[in-house]
Amino acid sequence: MFKKFTKDDVHSRSNIKSSAQRGLKSKFVGQFEALEPAIDSIIPKKSQAILIKCEDKIQLYSVENEIVLFQHFDDLIPALKIVHKYPQCFPRVQVDRGAIKFVLSGANIMCPGLTSAGAKLPEENIENESIVSIYAEGKENALAVGKLVMSTDEIKSVNKGIGIEVLHYLGDGLWNLKE
Amino acid sequence: MSEIVAKEIIYCEVCSYPPEYCEFGVSFKRCKEWLLEAHPDLYEKLYSDDALASKVSTLSVEREEKISQDLAKKQLKEEAKQERELQKKLASKVLIKRIERNRRKHIISISGLEVFNIDMKKLSKTFASKFATGASVIKNAEKKEEILVQGDVSDEAKDYIEKLLEEKGLNGVEVEQIDEKKKKKPTTPVVA
Repeated sequence: MFKKFTKDDVHSRSNIKSSAQRGLKSKFVGQFEALEPAIDSIIPKKSQAILIKCEDKIQLYSVENEIVLFQHFDDLIPALKIVHKYPQCFPRVQVDRGAIKFVLSGANIMCPGLTSAGAKLPEENIENESIVSIYAEGKENALAVGKLVMSTDEIKSVNKGIGIEVLHYLGDGLWNLKE
Repeated sequence: MSEIVAKEIIYCEVCSYPPEYCEFGVSFKRCKEWLLEAHPDLYEKLYSDDALASKVSTLSVEREEKISQDLAKKQLKEEAKQERELQKKLASKVLIKRIERNRRKHIISISGLEVFNIDMKKLSKTFASKFATGASVIKNAEKKEEILVQGDVSDEAKDYIEKLLEEKGLNGVEVEQIDEKKKKKPTTPVVA
Protein backbone atom coordinates (compact mmCIF):
# COMPACT_ATOMS: atom_id res chain seq x y z
CA MET A 1 0.00 0.00 0.00
CA PHE A 2 2.84 2.35 0.80
CA LYS A 3 5.36 1.04 -1.64
CA LYS A 4 5.26 4.26 -3.56
CA PHE A 5 4.25 6.90 -1.15
CA THR A 6 5.68 10.37 -0.93
CA LYS A 7 4.78 13.78 0.33
CA ASP A 8 2.93 14.41 -2.92
CA ASP A 9 0.32 11.85 -1.98
CA VAL A 10 -0.76 13.88 1.02
CA HIS A 11 -3.87 15.85 0.22
CA SER A 12 -4.79 17.64 3.38
CA ARG A 13 -4.04 17.74 7.05
CA SER A 14 -6.38 18.91 9.74
CA ASN A 15 -6.77 18.72 13.48
CA ILE A 16 -9.53 16.41 14.56
CA LYS A 17 -12.16 17.14 17.16
CA SER A 18 -11.57 15.76 20.61
CA SER A 19 -14.80 13.80 20.41
CA ALA A 20 -13.66 12.22 17.17
CA GLN A 21 -10.36 11.48 18.85
CA ARG A 22 -12.13 9.68 21.69
CA GLY A 23 -14.11 7.71 19.15
CA LEU A 24 -10.94 6.81 17.31
CA LYS A 25 -9.33 5.59 20.50
CA SER A 26 -12.24 3.41 21.49
CA LYS A 27 -12.44 1.98 17.99
CA PHE A 28 -8.74 1.22 18.03
CA VAL A 29 -9.06 -0.54 21.37
CA GLY A 30 -12.10 -2.39 20.07
CA GLN A 31 -9.95 -3.80 17.33
CA PHE A 32 -7.02 -4.76 19.53
CA GLU A 33 -8.29 -5.55 23.00
CA ALA A 34 -4.85 -6.06 24.51
CA LEU A 35 -4.17 -2.44 23.74
CA GLU A 36 -6.38 -1.06 26.47
CA PRO A 37 -3.71 -0.43 29.12
CA ALA A 38 -1.46 1.28 26.60
CA ILE A 39 -3.86 3.39 24.61
CA ASP A 40 -3.50 6.43 26.84
CA SER A 41 0.23 6.50 26.30
CA ILE A 42 -0.14 6.01 22.55
CA ILE A 43 -2.73 8.74 22.20
CA PRO A 44 -2.65 10.83 25.39
CA LYS A 45 -5.94 12.30 26.52
CA LYS A 46 -4.90 15.89 26.16
CA SER A 47 -3.09 15.50 22.87
CA GLN A 48 -4.23 16.80 19.54
CA ALA A 49 -4.37 14.20 16.82
CA ILE A 50 -3.92 15.29 13.24
CA LEU A 51 -5.75 13.66 10.41
CA ILE A 52 -3.76 13.44 7.21
CA LYS A 53 -5.79 12.48 4.20
CA CYS A 54 -3.88 10.85 1.38
CA GLU A 55 -4.25 9.34 -2.03
CA ASP A 56 -6.36 6.18 -2.40
CA LYS A 57 -8.56 6.84 0.60
CA ILE A 58 -5.74 6.33 3.06
CA GLN A 59 -6.02 8.34 6.23
CA LEU A 60 -3.13 8.78 8.58
CA TYR A 61 -3.47 9.86 12.16
CA SER A 62 -0.52 11.51 13.74
CA VAL A 63 0.02 12.52 17.35
CA GLU A 64 2.91 14.74 18.39
CA ASN A 65 4.52 14.62 14.97
CA GLU A 66 4.55 10.88 14.76
CA ILE A 67 2.28 8.78 12.63
CA VAL A 68 0.48 6.54 15.08
CA LEU A 69 -2.00 4.65 12.99
CA PHE A 70 -3.64 4.70 9.64
CA GLN A 71 -6.99 3.85 8.31
CA HIS A 72 -7.86 2.15 5.08
CA PHE A 73 -11.60 1.75 4.66
CA ASP A 74 -12.70 0.39 8.03
CA ASP A 75 -9.48 -1.08 9.32
CA LEU A 76 -7.35 0.77 11.78
CA ILE A 77 -3.76 -0.30 11.37
CA PRO A 78 -0.97 0.64 13.79
CA ALA A 79 2.21 2.14 12.39
CA LEU A 80 5.32 0.00 12.81
CA LYS A 81 6.91 2.35 15.32
CA ILE A 82 3.95 1.76 17.59
CA VAL A 83 4.16 -1.99 17.05
CA HIS A 84 7.80 -1.80 18.05
CA LYS A 85 6.95 0.09 21.21
CA TYR A 86 4.05 -2.08 22.31
CA PRO A 87 4.78 -5.46 20.78
CA GLN A 88 2.64 -7.44 23.19
CA CYS A 89 -0.55 -5.64 22.19
CA PHE A 90 -0.92 -7.04 18.71
CA PRO A 91 -1.44 -10.57 17.43
CA ARG A 92 1.80 -11.86 16.01
CA VAL A 93 2.89 -14.26 13.33
CA GLN A 94 6.40 -15.13 12.28
CA VAL A 95 7.91 -15.82 8.88
CA ASP A 96 11.05 -17.77 8.11
CA ARG A 97 14.37 -16.20 7.23
CA GLY A 98 13.99 -16.75 3.53
CA ALA A 99 10.96 -14.51 3.43
CA ILE A 100 12.45 -11.44 5.07
CA LYS A 101 14.02 -10.14 1.90
CA PHE A 102 10.75 -10.28 0.03
CA VAL A 103 8.67 -8.81 2.80
CA LEU A 104 11.07 -5.89 3.03
CA SER A 105 10.49 -5.17 -0.61
CA GLY A 106 6.77 -5.18 -0.06
CA ALA A 107 5.64 -8.62 -1.20
CA ASN A 108 2.56 -10.25 0.21
CA ILE A 109 3.30 -13.21 2.41
CA MET A 110 2.73 -16.66 0.99
CA CYS A 111 1.49 -19.46 3.17
CA PRO A 112 4.60 -21.66 3.01
CA GLY A 113 6.60 -18.82 4.53
CA LEU A 114 4.30 -18.97 7.53
CA THR A 115 4.21 -22.72 8.02
CA SER A 116 7.83 -23.77 7.49
CA ALA A 117 10.21 -24.67 10.30
CA GLY A 118 11.47 -21.19 11.04
CA ALA A 119 8.03 -19.65 11.04
CA LYS A 120 5.49 -19.49 13.82
CA LEU A 121 1.75 -19.25 13.86
CA PRO A 122 -0.18 -18.94 17.10
CA GLU A 123 -1.88 -22.05 18.45
CA GLU A 124 -5.32 -20.54 18.49
CA ASN A 125 -7.04 -19.46 15.36
CA ILE A 126 -6.89 -15.84 14.22
CA GLU A 127 -9.89 -14.80 12.20
CA ASN A 128 -9.71 -13.94 8.55
CA GLU A 129 -9.24 -10.23 7.77
CA SER A 130 -7.71 -9.36 11.11
CA ILE A 131 -4.60 -7.21 11.37
CA VAL A 132 -1.44 -8.95 12.51
CA SER A 133 2.11 -7.87 13.20
CA ILE A 134 4.69 -9.85 11.31
CA TYR A 135 7.94 -10.94 12.89
CA ALA A 136 10.87 -12.83 11.45
CA GLU A 137 12.93 -15.82 12.41
CA GLY A 138 15.74 -14.84 14.77
CA LYS A 139 14.63 -11.22 14.99
CA GLU A 140 13.22 -9.41 17.93
CA ASN A 141 11.26 -6.62 16.30
CA ALA A 142 8.40 -6.64 13.86
CA LEU A 143 9.16 -6.03 10.22
CA ALA A 144 5.70 -5.55 8.80
CA VAL A 145 2.02 -5.18 9.50
CA GLY A 146 -0.49 -7.02 7.41
CA LYS A 147 -4.03 -8.22 7.01
CA LEU A 148 -4.91 -11.89 6.94
CA VAL A 149 -6.39 -13.02 3.68
CA MET A 150 -7.39 -16.33 5.22
CA SER A 151 -7.69 -17.41 8.83
CA THR A 152 -4.60 -18.95 10.39
CA ASP A 153 -6.27 -22.36 10.51
CA GLU A 154 -6.83 -22.13 6.80
CA ILE A 155 -3.23 -21.08 6.24
CA LYS A 156 -2.14 -24.22 8.05
CA SER A 157 -4.43 -26.51 6.08
CA VAL A 158 -4.32 -24.97 2.62
CA ASN A 159 -0.64 -23.91 2.69
CA LYS A 160 -0.75 -22.34 -0.72
CA GLY A 161 -1.01 -18.87 -2.16
CA ILE A 162 -1.17 -15.54 -0.41
CA GLY A 163 -1.76 -15.76 3.33
CA ILE A 164 -1.19 -12.20 4.47
CA GLU A 165 -1.55 -9.01 2.55
CA VAL A 166 1.30 -6.76 3.65
CA LEU A 167 0.11 -3.24 4.34
CA HIS A 168 3.06 -1.52 5.91
CA TYR A 169 6.67 -2.69 6.16
CA LEU A 170 10.09 -1.47 7.21
CA GLY A 171 11.46 0.99 4.73
CA ASP A 172 8.28 1.74 2.81
CA GLY A 173 6.92 5.17 2.00
CA LEU A 174 5.12 5.57 5.29
CA TRP A 175 8.15 4.46 7.27
CA ASN A 176 10.28 7.04 5.52
CA LEU A 177 7.71 9.79 5.70
CA LYS A 178 9.06 12.63 7.77
CA GLU A 179 6.80 15.22 9.20
CA MET B 1 -5.17 -1.92 35.26
CA SER B 2 -1.47 -1.79 34.85
CA GLU B 3 0.01 0.53 32.33
CA ILE B 4 2.11 -0.99 29.62
CA VAL B 5 5.39 0.78 29.30
CA ALA B 6 6.66 1.56 25.86
CA LYS B 7 9.61 -0.49 24.76
CA GLU B 8 12.75 1.42 23.92
CA ILE B 9 13.82 0.77 20.39
CA ILE B 10 17.11 1.74 18.88
CA TYR B 11 16.92 2.61 15.22
CA CYS B 12 19.89 2.58 12.93
CA GLU B 13 20.73 6.11 11.95
CA VAL B 14 22.01 5.10 8.56
CA CYS B 15 19.09 3.10 7.20
CA SER B 16 16.44 3.82 9.88
CA TYR B 17 15.70 0.11 10.44
CA PRO B 18 16.09 -1.59 13.78
CA PRO B 19 19.76 -2.70 13.67
CA GLU B 20 18.95 -6.37 13.34
CA TYR B 21 17.44 -5.69 9.93
CA CYS B 22 20.41 -3.70 8.65
CA GLU B 23 21.73 -6.79 6.93
CA PHE B 24 18.74 -6.64 4.62
CA GLY B 25 19.14 -2.96 3.94
CA VAL B 26 21.09 -1.37 1.16
CA SER B 27 23.84 0.16 3.25
CA PHE B 28 24.87 -2.73 5.45
CA LYS B 29 28.52 -1.76 5.60
CA ARG B 30 27.90 1.75 6.79
CA CYS B 31 25.22 0.53 9.21
CA LYS B 32 27.73 -1.78 10.81
CA GLU B 33 30.25 0.99 11.20
CA TRP B 34 27.65 3.22 12.77
CA LEU B 35 26.51 0.53 15.18
CA LEU B 36 30.05 -0.27 16.27
CA GLU B 37 30.52 3.34 17.17
CA ALA B 38 27.16 4.18 18.69
CA HIS B 39 26.14 0.95 20.38
CA PRO B 40 29.14 -1.36 20.74
CA ASP B 41 27.27 -3.76 23.03
CA LEU B 42 24.56 -4.29 20.46
CA TYR B 43 27.16 -4.71 17.78
CA GLU B 44 28.77 -7.41 19.83
CA LYS B 45 25.43 -9.13 20.20
CA LEU B 46 24.60 -9.04 16.52
CA TYR B 47 27.85 -9.45 14.66
CA SER B 48 30.39 -11.12 16.93
CA ASP B 49 31.68 -14.48 15.74
CA ASP B 50 29.76 -16.32 18.43
CA ALA B 51 26.49 -14.71 17.40
CA LEU B 52 27.07 -15.51 13.78
CA ALA B 53 27.96 -19.09 14.56
CA SER B 54 25.00 -19.63 16.82
CA LYS B 55 22.57 -18.07 14.41
CA VAL B 56 20.64 -21.18 13.62
CA SER B 57 18.70 -21.06 10.47
CA THR B 58 16.24 -23.59 9.24
CA LEU B 59 17.19 -22.90 5.69
CA SER B 60 19.58 -25.09 3.81
CA VAL B 61 23.11 -23.79 3.40
CA GLU B 62 22.79 -23.20 -0.32
CA ARG B 63 19.69 -21.11 0.03
CA GLU B 64 21.26 -19.07 2.76
CA GLU B 65 24.25 -18.48 0.56
CA LYS B 66 22.11 -17.41 -2.32
CA ILE B 67 20.26 -14.92 -0.19
CA SER B 68 23.43 -13.34 1.06
CA GLN B 69 24.84 -13.24 -2.44
CA ASP B 70 21.77 -11.48 -3.74
CA LEU B 71 21.92 -9.02 -0.91
CA ALA B 72 25.57 -8.31 -1.51
CA LYS B 73 24.84 -7.63 -5.15
CA LYS B 74 22.03 -5.31 -4.26
CA GLN B 75 24.18 -3.46 -1.79
CA LEU B 76 26.91 -3.02 -4.34
CA LYS B 77 24.43 -1.65 -6.82
CA GLU B 78 23.05 0.74 -4.28
CA GLU B 79 26.50 2.01 -3.41
CA ALA B 80 27.23 2.68 -7.04
CA LYS B 81 23.95 4.46 -7.35
CA GLN B 82 24.68 6.68 -4.39
CA GLU B 83 28.08 7.47 -5.78
CA ARG B 84 26.52 8.47 -9.08
CA GLU B 85 23.98 10.62 -7.36
CA LEU B 86 26.66 12.39 -5.40
CA GLN B 87 28.57 13.08 -8.57
CA LYS B 88 25.44 14.44 -10.15
CA LYS B 89 24.83 16.65 -7.19
CA LEU B 90 28.36 17.99 -7.27
CA ALA B 91 28.20 18.59 -10.99
CA SER B 92 24.93 20.47 -10.96
CA LYS B 93 24.70 24.10 -10.10
CA VAL B 94 22.21 26.44 -8.59
CA LEU B 95 21.07 29.37 -10.58
CA ILE B 96 19.95 32.63 -9.05
CA LYS B 97 18.47 34.88 -11.64
CA ARG B 98 17.79 38.51 -11.05
CA ILE B 99 15.00 39.70 -13.26
CA GLU B 100 14.16 43.32 -13.73
CA ARG B 101 10.52 44.01 -13.29
CA ASN B 102 10.68 47.72 -13.91
CA ARG B 103 13.47 50.22 -13.42
CA ARG B 104 14.08 49.89 -9.75
CA LYS B 105 12.25 46.73 -8.89
CA HIS B 106 13.56 43.23 -9.28
CA ILE B 107 12.51 39.73 -8.55
CA ILE B 108 14.85 36.80 -8.22
CA SER B 109 14.24 33.28 -9.36
CA ILE B 110 16.15 30.37 -7.86
CA SER B 111 16.33 27.15 -9.83
CA GLY B 112 18.36 23.96 -9.85
CA LEU B 113 17.70 23.04 -6.26
CA GLU B 114 15.57 19.97 -6.95
CA VAL B 115 18.56 17.58 -7.09
CA PHE B 116 19.46 18.28 -3.49
CA ASN B 117 16.29 16.95 -1.88
CA ILE B 118 15.31 20.32 -0.55
CA ASP B 119 11.71 20.97 0.24
CA MET B 120 10.98 23.87 -2.09
CA LYS B 121 7.80 24.89 -0.37
CA LYS B 122 9.48 25.15 2.99
CA LEU B 123 12.44 27.03 1.57
CA SER B 124 10.16 29.55 -0.08
CA LYS B 125 8.43 30.04 3.25
CA THR B 126 11.72 30.67 5.00
CA PHE B 127 12.74 33.13 2.32
CA ALA B 128 9.44 34.92 2.67
CA SER B 129 9.85 35.36 6.40
CA LYS B 130 13.60 35.98 6.28
CA PHE B 131 13.44 38.77 3.74
CA ALA B 132 9.93 39.90 4.63
CA THR B 133 8.81 39.60 1.04
CA GLY B 134 6.54 37.43 -1.02
CA ALA B 135 8.00 34.17 -2.20
CA SER B 136 6.39 31.39 -4.14
CA VAL B 137 7.15 28.10 -5.80
CA ILE B 138 6.31 27.82 -9.48
CA LYS B 139 6.92 25.35 -12.22
CA ASN B 140 9.08 26.75 -14.97
CA ALA B 141 9.18 25.93 -18.65
CA GLU B 142 11.09 22.67 -18.12
CA LYS B 143 8.53 21.49 -15.58
CA LYS B 144 11.01 21.99 -12.80
CA GLU B 145 10.27 23.85 -9.66
CA GLU B 146 11.79 27.18 -8.94
CA ILE B 147 11.35 29.78 -6.27
CA LEU B 148 10.41 33.34 -7.04
CA VAL B 149 11.23 35.94 -4.43
CA GLN B 150 9.99 39.47 -4.71
CA GLY B 151 12.67 42.09 -4.29
CA ASP B 152 16.37 42.10 -5.03
CA VAL B 153 17.79 39.79 -2.41
CA SER B 154 20.02 37.71 -4.62
CA ASP B 155 23.18 38.24 -2.55
CA GLU B 156 21.50 37.25 0.68
CA ALA B 157 19.77 34.32 -0.98
CA LYS B 158 23.08 33.16 -2.36
CA ASP B 159 24.68 33.24 1.07
CA TYR B 160 21.78 31.36 2.56
CA ILE B 161 21.77 28.64 -0.07
CA GLU B 162 25.52 28.19 0.20
CA LYS B 163 25.17 27.76 3.93
CA LEU B 164 22.33 25.30 3.41
CA LEU B 165 24.36 23.21 1.01
CA GLU B 166 27.35 23.29 3.30
CA GLU B 167 25.21 21.85 6.07
CA LYS B 168 24.39 18.99 3.79
CA GLY B 169 28.06 18.40 3.19
CA LEU B 170 28.07 19.62 -0.38
CA ASN B 171 30.83 22.16 -0.55
CA GLY B 172 31.77 22.09 -4.19
CA VAL B 173 28.41 23.12 -5.53
CA GLU B 174 28.44 26.21 -7.62
CA VAL B 175 25.89 28.90 -6.97
CA GLU B 176 25.71 31.26 -9.90
CA GLN B 177 24.17 34.66 -10.08
CA ILE B 178 22.84 36.00 -13.33
CA ASP B 179 21.42 39.34 -14.20
CA GLU B 180 18.60 39.16 -16.62
CA LYS B 181 17.67 42.45 -18.16
CA LYS B 182 14.26 42.86 -19.57
CA LYS B 183 14.39 43.09 -23.31
CA LYS B 184 13.66 46.52 -24.51
CA LYS B 185 10.29 46.75 -26.05
CA PRO B 186 10.34 48.25 -29.50
CA THR B 187 9.04 51.65 -28.74
CA THR B 188 6.59 53.00 -31.14
CA PRO B 189 7.80 56.26 -32.52
CA VAL B 190 5.91 59.12 -31.12
CA VAL B 191 4.12 61.02 -33.75
CA ALA B 192 4.42 64.62 -33.11
